[in-house]
Amino acid sequence: METLEEKIDARPMTIPGFGRALRSEEMVINMGPQHPSTHGVLRLELIVDGEIVVDAIPHIGYLHRCFEKHAEHMTNYQQVIPYCDRMDYVAAMNAEFGYVVACEKLLNIKVPERVEYIRVIMAEFQRIASHLIAIGTYGMDIGAFTPFLFCMRDREAILDIFEQTCGARLLYNYMWIGGLSHDVPADFAEKVKRFCKMFRGTIKELNNLLSYNKIFVERTANVGVLPADVAINYGASGPVLRGSGVKFDLRKNDPYSVYDKLEFEIPTGKGLKGTTGDCWDRYMVRVDEMEQSVNIIEQAVDKLPPGDVQSAIPKRIRPDAGEVYVRTETPKGEIGYYVVADGTASPFRVKVRPPCFVNLAVLPAISRGAMISDVIAILGSVDIVLGEVDR
Amino acid sequence: MKEFLIDILQNEILVYVLMAAVPLVWIIPFALFAVWWERKISAHMQDRLGPMRTGGWHGWAQTIADILKLIQKEDIIPAAADRKLFNLAPYVVFVGSFAAYAAIPFSAAYVGSEINIGLFYILAVSSFVVVGLLMAGWASNNKWSLFGAMRAAAQIVSYEIPVALSLLAVVMIVGTFDLQEINRAQSGYFWNWFVFQKFPLLFVAATIYFVASLAEVNRTPFDIPEAESELVAGYHTEYGGMKFALLFLAEYANMFAVSAIAATVFFGGWNSPFGDFMSGPVWGLFWFISKGMAFIFVHMWLRWTLPRLRVDQLMYVGWKVLIPFSFVIVLGVGFWVMLAR
Repeated sequence: METLEEKIDARPMTIPGFGRALRSEEMVINMGPQHPSTHGVLRLELIVDGEIVVDAIPHIGYLHRCFEKHAEHMTNYQQVIPYCDRMDYVAAMNAEFGYVVACEKLLNIKVPERVEYIRVIMAEFQRIASHLIAIGTYGMDIGAFTPFLFCMRDREAILDIFEQTCGARLLYNYMWIGGLSHDVPADFAEKVKRFCKMFRGTIKELNNLLSYNKIFVERTANVGVLPADVAINYGASGPVLRGSGVKFDLRKNDPYSVYDKLEFEIPTGKGLKGTTGDCWDRYMVRVDEMEQSVNIIEQAVDKLPPGDVQSAIPKRIRPDAGEVYVRTETPKGEIGYYVVADGTASPFRVKVRPPCFVNLAVLPAISRGAMISDVIAILGSVDIVLGEVDR
Repeated sequence: MKEFLIDILQNEILVYVLMAAVPLVWIIPFALFAVWWERKISAHMQDRLGPMRTGGWHGWAQTIADILKLIQKEDIIPAAADRKLFNLAPYVVFVGSFAAYAAIPFSAAYVGSEINIGLFYILAVSSFVVVGLLMAGWASNNKWSLFGAMRAAAQIVSYEIPVALSLLAVVMIVGTFDLQEINRAQSGYFWNWFVFQKFPLLFVAATIYFVASLAEVNRTPFDIPEAESELVAGYHTEYGGMKFALLFLAEYANMFAVSAIAATVFFGGWNSPFGDFMSGPVWGLFWFISKGMAFIFVHMWLRWTLPRLRVDQLMYVGWKVLIPFSFVIVLGVGFWVMLAR
């Protein structure tokens, strides 16, 4: 076992312009787990040469909560849903969406159209809410405080709609296997439309305040460039993959629920301010996605059929022995549920393929040679939630 | 004012102590007010209300309560810190910013010390702050603090050059470093202020001074030494209680100092903008403080609007944009003054 010093000595200096002649001693600093910009309890071990990062090693596991063990020990399938909520706690709707779709496939249930449409509306609302947090905290990482508060204000409106529907604001337990816990309130359509109208304006405001701000562009364009082939090799998904210019979105490429009946586009990074796949592209993909989500919500509300949201809920959830893998698109990327049933009332195993965990793996590859401030920008643009990374 | 006080009190030493205490009496209420004001401004810019409860009307007593809390805190010194330097640093920082007030002319009747190299003195002593910041960062024995201190030193030293050069343009016109003399040269209506003189040379000089002074007091978009999202809190990460309050106080004192210099050198100082209307020593104090506060408002406005630059971009702005431009201004003003003579 070689010591850290030996490791550092053995590492060749590869930063252009800082050749061997200038070699000096590197410093190891810990970023996190208590650091304002690691978005939770991520610990980054940074090996720095002055302000330049030679290597960044993420250490995870500070928020490990034994999701798989919990899932095995539940007395029925339904009880796993609250644990799904607690993985990506800022996008709980999307996480439970994937799980219920997986269980319904295992049970071979066809859920009513109304349930599907409400699920899509809720999932898209949650996507906007999650992106608002991502964008707001990203602005804060770069040093702009005000956009964060503006984003939280708009997110509040979405949470109010959630609260009116199911009583919860963060962890909903709203989507049940075969249905929903509550139907939407009577004035739902009107409220949703009012929000959509208001929100298009605030996206413009956000763009003026942050997205096209000269300093913001300087800080994020050409920083942390993730080429498309590297993104694919690492298995990145969601805005991180699309920011690199790869047009891949499960809502289009492998449609589930009623996404194939709705019109929307998949925004990708085009390198408008710098190189394709830089931090600004990843950021802008999120902004554009929020606009597309508003489109989806408006269409879904218009198409919302009448009916009962609990008619398809099975009396007894006891699937035959078998296994299923279902993947859906969360705001962070592709979430996969691998559910194994053994014929009893509780799942034999629930394995999750979390998008944040996979996206985080890209971080060291694009952080080498950047500055400490850039590492913050890169980490923010990858947008991780530690609850999902560690599970 | 000095002669007047000596006349009344018949004790020269007591008068000197009183004269020296005036800026201190100003700094503390100002800092209390400015912290509250900044919280209110940021809150209203962000669709919030800010402090609303403490003290009743719009939470006016919030900072007083904060200070009382900070006084009661345990004075923690990290085990691995250099105790002597760690304890000394906040005082050095505060002394640096307080010393600058000695030569700032608050009104026609009051300036702590009427020396004929006032501007030069202020530029010199305000550099003293860097020493304190480096001490704080180094003595904390914390890598993040060290980063903050190194950044602060590099930044403040670099930005002192454009600050000095842009002020030099005015000094070349007036022909003295005496701040009261500079004030008197701008008396009359507001078009006599130096910011509107030799158009556009001094206007650009004022802009350069304002941008560079933002960097000198570590305000956004140049707040990289304390960059909370990067360096946790920079050089004052390890400080708590009253020592932290002192560093904070020095920051606000510095903010007013640079604003006061901008007001004095470019915006007429204690002169009324309307000639003889509302002018005189007491009105002078009013105009001087209003002008300083206006600049502080702009500081706060920028802080809650703009993101933060990166270290190398900051150096680029300093060395490749501000310094060449200020050299051009100095040359231009020099030629103008020579040819107009």
